[in-house]
Amino acid sequence: MPAVSKGDGMRGLAVFISDIRNCKSKEAEIKRINKELANIRSKFKGDKALDGYSKKKYVCKLLFIFLLGHDIDFGHMEAVNLLSSNKYTEKQIGYLFISVLVNSNSELIRLINNAIKNDLSSRNPTFMCLALHCIANVGSREMAEAFAGEIPRILVAGDTMDSVKQSAALCLLRLYKASPDLVLMGEWTSRVVHLLNDQHMGVVTAAISLITCLSSKNPDEFKTCVSLAVSRLSRIVSSASTDLQDYTYYFVPAPWLSCKLLRLLQCYPPPEDGAVKGRLVECLETILNKAQEPPKSKKVQHSNAKNAILFEAISLIIHYDSEPNLLVRACNQLGQFLQHRETNLRYLALESMCTLASSEFSHEAVKTHIETVINALKTERDVSVRQRAADLLYAMCDRSNAKQIVAEMLSYLETADYSIREEMVLKVAILAEKYAVDYSWYVDTILNLIRIAGDYVSEEVWYRVIQIVINRDDVQGYAAKTVFEALQAPACHENMVKVGGYILGEFGNLIAGDPRSSPLVQFNLLHSKFHLCSVPTRALLLSAYIKFINLFPETKATIQEVLRSDSQIRNSDVELQQRAVEYLKLSSIASTDVLATVLEEMPPFPERESSILAKLKKKKGPGAVSVELEDGKERGDYNGSTPSPSADLLGLRSAAPVSGAAPSAGSLLVDVFSEAGPAAASAGVNDDGFLSSAPTSAASEDPAPPLPESDELLNKFVCKNNGVLFENQLLQIGIKSEYRQNLGRMYLFYGNKTSVQFVSFSTTVSCPGELQSHILQLEPLVEGGAQVQQVINIECLTDFVDAPLLNIKFRYGGALQNISLKLPVTINKFFQPTEMAAADFFQRWKQLSQPQQEAQKIFKASHGMDTEVLKAKLLGLGTALLENVDPNPENYVCAGVIQTKAQQVGCLLRLEPNAQAQMYRLTLRSSKDTVSQRVCDLLAEQF
Amino acid sequence: MIGGLFIYNHKGEVLISRVYRDDIGRNAVDAFRVNVIHARQQVRSPVTNIARTSFFHVKRSNIWLAAVTKQNVNAAMVFEFLYKMCDVMTAYFGKISEENIKNNFVLIYELLDEILDFGYPQNSETGALKTFITQTGIKSQSKEEQSQITSQVTGQIGWRREGIKYRRNELFLDVLESVNLLMSPQGQVLSAHVSGRVVMKSYLSGMPECKFGMNDKIVIDKQGKGGGATGQSIAIDDCTFHQCVRLSKFDAERSISFIPPDGECELMRYRTTKDIILPFRVIPLVREVGRTKLEVKVVIKSNFKPSLLAQKIEVRIPTPLNTSGVQVICMKGKAKYKASENAIVWKIKRMAGMKESQISAEIELLPTNDKKKWARPPISMNFEVPFAPSGLKVRYLKVFEPKLNYSDHDVIKWVRYIGRSGIYETRC
Repeated sequence: MPAVSKGDGMRGLAVFISDIRNCKSKEAEIKRINKELANIRSKFKGDKALDGYSKKKYVCKLLFIFLLGHDIDFGHMEAVNLLSSNKYTEKQIGYLFISVLVNSNSELIRLINNAIKNDLSSRNPTFMCLALHCIANVGSREMAEAFAGEIPRILVAGDTMDSVKQSAALCLLRLYKASPDLVLMGEWTSRVVHLLNDQHMGVVTAAISLITCLSSKNPDEFKTCVSLAVSRLSRIVSSASTDLQDYTYYFVPAPWLSCKLLRLLQCYPPPEDGAVKGRLVECLETILNKAQEPPKSKKVQHSNAKNAILFEAISLIIHYDSEPNLLVRACNQLGQFLQHRETNLRYLALESMCTLASSEFSHEAVKTHIETVINALKTERDVSVRQRAADLLYAMCDRSNAKQIVAEMLSYLETADYSIREEMVLKVAILAEKYAVDYSWYVDTILNLIRIAGDYVSEEVWYRVIQIVINRDDVQGYAAKTVFEALQAPACHENMVKVGGYILGEFGNLIAGDPRSSPLVQFNLLHSKFHLCSVPTRALLLSAYIKFINLFPETKATIQEVLRSDSQIRNSDVELQQRAVEYLKLSSIASTDVLATVLEEMPPFPERESSILAKLKKKKGPGAVSVELEDGKERGDYNGSTPSPSADLLGLRSAAPVSGAAPSAGSLLVDVFSEAGPAAASAGVNDDGFLSSAPTSAASEDPAPPLPESDELLNKFVCKNNGVLFENQLLQIGIKSEYRQNLGRMYLFYGNKTSVQFVSFSTTVSCPGELQSHILQLEPLVEGGAQVQQVINIECLTDFVDAPLLNIKFRYGGALQNISLKLPVTINKFFQPTEMAAADFFQRWKQLSQPQQEAQKIFKASHGMDTEVLKAKLLGLGTALLENVDPNPENYVCAGVIQTKAQQVGCLLRLEPNAQAQMYRLTLRSSKDTVSQRVCDLLAEQF
Repeated sequence: MIGGLFIYNHKGEVLISRVYRDDIGRNAVDAFRVNVIHARQQVRSPVTNIARTSFFHVKRSNIWLAAVTKQNVNAAMVFEFLYKMCDVMTAYFGKISEENIKNNFVLIYELLDEILDFGYPQNSETGALKTFITQTGIKSQSKEEQSQITSQVTGQIGWRREGIKYRRNELFLDVLESVNLLMSPQGQVLSAHVSGRVVMKSYLSGMPECKFGMNDKIVIDKQGKGGGATGQSIAIDDCTFHQCVRLSKFDAERSISFIPPDGECELMRYRTTKDIILPFRVIPLVREVGRTKLEVKVVIKSNFKPSLLAQKIEVRIPTPLNTSGVQVICMKGKAKYKASENAIVWKIKRMAGMKESQISAEIELLPTNDKKKWARPPISMNFEVPFAPSGLKVRYLKVFEPKLNYSDHDVIKWVRYIGRSGIYETRC
């Protein structure tokens, strides 16, 4: 870069800036700026030509004024003029102004593009760099359109300077991020990969950012980069700290490059080639070894750089999850960091360990650090680190250490930061349930939880206790005894009163034998809390009282007295009043038999996924959910051997005598974790509406992958236009469609099957390039039970194979639902029937005799061979059914023209059923080979 | 009620902070600074609501005064208080500037304690305040003096102490008016009103009882003089009085009687909208010649008695934002293009009534790629004339002091009328 000469100091600019800084008030500043603007305007008037220097100075001033927050509406032309200057400083200011100030729709864009093009094609590297920087800074679609083809050429050209290559790579990266569709892959892609071998480290660093971005979108095209990256990495790792000269940072060789290489490798699965893999493992080992070495410098930059590489390496090891040896070593290394002085390191170590804990190989190794982690939870000053420690404890928990961990978390809860309490409570509740061997322990834990952090115990948690107590009759007595004792505390939380009321109401009889907890004592205890509670709890307590009347007839008089008191029977709250009145009447009128029937013990709850787990998933960010999924996936592999969370729920269920036969562990797993898997999908639609949304999509707003059965759906709609497209427990989608020539209109009817409204309801259609669609957006609210209609217009540009995807997103009761469906738009929808005589037909049939124009399929009938049904289907296809054409009356012959915007494709069809063999032969001929093939494929599924 | 009061300098640094109520937290100080003083866009509303807290501010030169409250207060009351506060401070230490506030901060806190109590405004009459809040230490007052102060402050006439004596009994009356106008280019009055005040400076002995009379239409009609006098009377839309005026008497008889405070006070404030004498007429003529040139011609006509002289006349003609050069020719006075204000400023020192003067300017424009049209802000004008544009006339001011031996005739009285321009604009 040429040095700025003394004459370029721009004194006027300096004076102006110091004037502005000295302004006492905003008004004074505005006055000064107005004055300056007037001055510049008079200079730019165009009477006299300005020299480059003053032009640069004034453009600079304008830029400064703009950056102060004032509108600038002139001077663009002067800035563009500066672009064509030969002086570096003038060109630089020109580009600076353009990249800050020129908006994309300006008329000047053509001039600017021209100037940029000139600079790109000049052989001067600094000018080329300036131009590339400008493109990257503006990064607009127009820029991408104009230069997306040019930049790759510069990038891979042999004679380009290194610094230009660097800029070109980063510029291309920016354009790709801004408008990926305009940066087309081409022959340059393979050559970009070879930049990894470049001599110049800067080029490699820039190129690798580009490659990482590109390969995350098209992993296959860049597969070759893995071996190159590995060899590069090994060269860096094995080099001595002085080898790389400029690229050694505080004794660490090329730390940024190493990190990026490791990150690139994380885009791919472990290399299959043994040699490459060996080399990579060697590298990773070296990195881990280096971490053990004493530091070469005391400077914090040295350790930062070293640790950055180490953490990237560990993430890679975790990503591969296949080298037990490395995983354990990584875990040990992280263990050392757990007690490091640096808070950031402790945080990172805990975070990485969380992922390590879910790996089968390192789970045990992680567990050895439990004491340290517990210590961190207790003594750490930084709340975010404590949070990570809690996460890690949650992740490392299994049957062997559950009791210890739960106890520690409970004791921590008393002092925990308010911001993480609710989450901690959920975690304790889940762990307690997941690893409960002994249900009295479970009940104790949860009651403790309510006692310690009652405010943070959500409804779900105490619902769950009650579900479990009711479903397990062996803990009922114990639970009743425990809650009775807990309620004796002078002050207890309302949630405790709820649990107590419910359990004593159901199972108070189990402890009534003891004179210390006789019915009357129980009742008085509950009633002593009554006045301190909110209305819903009071209502619950009233129900508990009526249950008492049934359980212990001796309390009837007392309870009736209570119900009859004015504070109940004339309560201002309608719900309480109604309950009091009804219960009073019920207790006085009904006979004991009736009472016993009405107030029978609650039947066991049907098992479903723990509501708490769902809540945690909803609460946590994507990170935690992925841990959850990892967890499920890993355990899924093991199925029987390690007890999985869901298997445990299952144990619970099968033990409960009343509930039905236990399904296999596998299906339940599928139920809880709808992680891909073919079976999961079917659960997705027909189960409780939860699966189609929860684990995969709760974390992200991306459209869900289309339901696998939507291909079948597509087939269902090949020959008909109306029907029900989709249905689950929440939503029903009906469809009505009509087609004319190459245009189609589709009416979608969304019916809300629940009584709750859906919020943020939105739909999008993504079409393949051959189709064009226009969708009328809907109101974001769909009321319970309501049906809304949406119109989609479709235009067929040319023939196509893939159906458009319809993505529906909405929130139901807070949970995001995300459904993707294929819209039943198939090529045959654009058929226009053509009537013709036999002679015509055969003449055309012969014209289309080239082998690629014909598609034929012989297949077995999957439905009956009823003539009328067949005819209806063929008509539904959209073609004209031609009678008396084929010499064999059994055969069917059809003709039609497919209308697309680009062309019209004539199509002839012949279907020959063989009733004895229950086989069909289907022959299609059309003027376009892809059309014949597609229609043939579609039709073969219909019969 | 007012929860707190803050004074900031132009940088937003807090000079004075006095919190009266607990509902105003420490962060309120910063909230105002961030959202008003340092706001990206200039805040034009004097009332700003931030997080359920209302900030009422006035600006005096570079100083911001902000009253804060969380309650639903009477905004007019708060502003009245802030203005009064400014008056009090000016009376104590002159101009309100950062320097003066820093030098007198103890005094200001003392004043704030006195004139606001738990957020409720108290007696803020400068004369009364000066008796017990002084900048010099109060030297051991005798019991009598102390009880006198107490009885005076808490008594009926809190604004005047007894036992004042002057050798010459003098009285000055100033009628100060500002006339506001918005006129269409064709000369149609779109809106016009006059807001005026009567300021009285009195040096009278004892406890004089005064009676003030003016050509109020209602009074004149009631007196039945009618006939020729109606042309002289004016219709007052609304008026407010100094606390010394007996409102009950005004309501009953529409007579203004009072015992004035010693020294200067603002006796009344009023507003009129009918039959306003517009001292000047501005006739603009703007012609666009192509995209790069603009021709402006402005004529002003004075519209009052030829014997009177208007002073400090200034006409401000806004120029487009892409002005690149201006040439001006004017018959009288001086005219200059001020780039820093985007306007041509034409100044005339003096001008007699029934005259006219003209300016013409050629404005060169820089072609811009912006399609936005120039908004053409109105031409504004400043001046000072020696009569009251509302037509108000002081008919009499009588002084009675039964206890001392001077009568109405012995008092020397002076009356002066000054009419100034408020916002006096003509669209072009």
